[in-house]
Amino acid sequence: MAKLPKAPSRRGFLKASAATVAGTVVAGQASAAGDPLITEVQDWASATGDGVDATPYGMPIEFEGDVIRRNVPWLTADPISSINFTPIHALEGTITPQGCAFERHHSGAIELRKEDYRLMINGLVDTPLVFTYADLERFPRENHVYFCECAANTGMEWAGAQLNGVQFTHGMIHNMEYTGVPLRTLLEEAGLGAAGDLKDKWVYVEGADASSNGRSIPMEKALDDVLVAFKANGEALRMEHGYPVRLVVPGWEGNMWVKWIRRIEVADMAVESREETSKYTDVLADGTARKWTWVMDAKSVITSPSPQSPISHAPGPLVISGLAWSGHGQITRVDVSKDGGITWETARLGKQGDAKALTRFYLDTQWDGSEMLLQARAMDETGYVQPTKAALREVRGENSVYHNNCIQTWHVKANGEAENVEVS
Amino acid sequence: MLKFLKLTAATVLLASPVFADGFGLGRPALPEEIAAWDVDVMPDGRGLPEGGGNALDGEEIFAEVCASCHGDFAEGVDNWPVLAGGFDTLADKDPVKTVGSYWPHLSTVWDYVHRSMPFGSAQTLSDDEVYAIVAYILYSNDMVDEEFELTHENFNDFAMYNTEGFIVDDRGAAEYSKWRAAPCMSNCKDSVEITMRASVIDVTPDEGGDAEMTSEDHAAVEPEEAAVVATLDPELVKSGEAVFKKCKACHQVGEGAKNRSGPQLNGVVGRSFAAVDGFKYSKVFQDAAAEGRIWDDAAMTEFLTKPRAYLKGTKMGFAGLKKPDDITAVIAYLKSFGE
Repeated sequence: MAKLPKAPSRRGFLKASAATVAGTVVAGQASAAGDPLITEVQDWASATGDGVDATPYGMPIEFEGDVIRRNVPWLTADPISSINFTPIHALEGTITPQGCAFERHHSGAIELRKEDYRLMINGLVDTPLVFTYADLERFPRENHVYFCECAANTGMEWAGAQLNGVQFTHGMIHNMEYTGVPLRTLLEEAGLGAAGDLKDKWVYVEGADASSNGRSIPMEKALDDVLVAFKANGEALRMEHGYPVRLVVPGWEGNMWVKWIRRIEVADMAVESREETSKYTDVLADGTARKWTWVMDAKSVITSPSPQSPISHAPGPLVISGLAWSGHGQITRVDVSKDGGITWETARLGKQGDAKALTRFYLDTQWDGSEMLLQARAMDETGYVQPTKAALREVRGENSVYHNNCIQTWHVKANGEAENVEVS
Repeated sequence: MLKFLKLTAATVLLASPVFADGFGLGRPALPEEIAAWDVDVMPDGRGLPEGGGNALDGEEIFAEVCASCHGDFAEGVDNWPVLAGGFDTLADKDPVKTVGSYWPHLSTVWDYVHRSMPFGSAQTLSDDEVYAIVAYILYSNDMVDEEFELTHENFNDFAMYNTEGFIVDDRGAAEYSKWRAAPCMSNCKDSVEITMRASVIDVTPDEGGDAEMTSEDHAAVEPEEAAVVATLDPELVKSGEAVFKKCKACHQVGEGAKNRSGPQLNGVVGRSFAAVDGFKYSKVFQDAAAEGRIWDDAAMTEFLTKPRAYLKGTKMGFAGLKKPDDITAVIAYLKSFGE
């Protein structure tokens, strides 16, 4: 098994990168005798490396040991009922590797064998059914890429700039290619005649772990694009993401993507379980709370440069890279500002993203070495434009906790370091 | 929505006529199976079993199985949820969202306690115990008096404080209509000032410290423990590790183990009772320590068989391990960790 080195501390990392800025000018140039990495025979160019039997299942090379999930211990009472964060500052493209995709558990990640897995459909159906894992593999299946974002992503930033790293401010998100059976197929297998008029019906979905996390989903969504998924990025789901089977609820808050899903009940009303009343409801300034705020609105963030990914080179060509997504559909455009929102340039989309999936954007620019206040602003196919934090606060106040999709600002200094700030 | 549904139903019929009668996969769920899993309770009380319990009994059960996290008075310990109080704070700068001040339905409390609590021992409470605990939570919120008995019959009569405090998602009207507009591209504001910096409050975790234990750390730990491990049956230790999952919600063991709602357990077998610094033991533990009692195999076995019978008054909210083999295994596992 590959050995992972201890991740460098943040402060150590920043020091090292600041030093690199100064050093880079030299490193790229040949000294009089030439670059020894080129002029001298290196060990790896002479001796042999690992054989094909060394690593039956590979981990990232040790030099990438700091690209890991991290948590914020003060956020929750116990790591068993908590969340960690995807290292989005260090990832590229759009697909999140499972091994570093954020985890959120309410009673810990459980070990559930495929052989012990059962899925029950009951309630207002013609025939209540029980499926095994093997049964699920016999239904026609589909592949789709979707983002999964916790409703609390960026939730610590409502009252002000708080956490200094895009991993912590925006890392409750991952994006995977799922393989699964449409929930509609399974509901139709059980028969929806008994449900009568489907217009006001719900499905209640529940997990097999000790938290028994359960959420109510309106029938229209259940019959639209919800997947009962058993693979992600081509391989089995990881334990921490609900192995062997989880629900995928495209564009809607991550808490509804019930892991280890064991039961689907067709009902004539929402259950109003703990996770859809006391949690995942959004308190407004006057104390009223919004409930059933399921859709994740359009949002974007610059992943590099950012506090954990400072500029480590001299002025000149600079790639500004970021992610954008919308629970309402496709991202159609992302604008970037270097001056805190006075002027904007339209960024280049890495490629047109799928609906309800991450889209990568780039601004290929020239950095003159001066300070920048970097911002990104996403637009989706409905014409929705990502709001500023001030605009969000004006409508919601500061106590919503969830659904903070505000424009983020990074203050990039002349030495290349970046800080999470708020601007006027 | 109706139109949409009709359309999709038609699409299915056209697209897959072969499967018009379904795939014939799965098997009918038995009534016993549905009864075992379908235990959710609806806001109108459907799904509640017959039974009842009063706040006084609830207080006793709460002290045993809930208070280690939620506090004797449901006030919450550390970061664990506060269940009582907070009335009329929802519009404040820091709202206190409790069962009393925030939760809209009593059914949710019953359902959650019954299905998901206590943390680490979910689904171990009887229906009457759940009624009693819910009655006590209402009592701790000053919503009923201590004689109050909650039953399936009076359940629906109970009005929660914040039932009317919720509105269905209105972002469409309140936000989308404003924010679906052509965005400004230049001269969007006169000037820009930095108004707040993350470095000022400095709450970002140091990235080195919070990384999960790496395989290198494991390698470093193993040699030190080799001497202890050698006297233990590795298979037994391994099965003990699996049993210990039941304890992990409250106890840590191993390198870097910290006190949580229960004390850390490094070197517990062989040491005296109530010996971990910085952990607030219940009185019965302090008394045992004063008597000079030691956690030997016999004491540990008896405790783990029926914790509350062995040490009446313990705050450990765990019913006990039923299988003697599990107890032997978990003790072996605990022995594999020194001080």
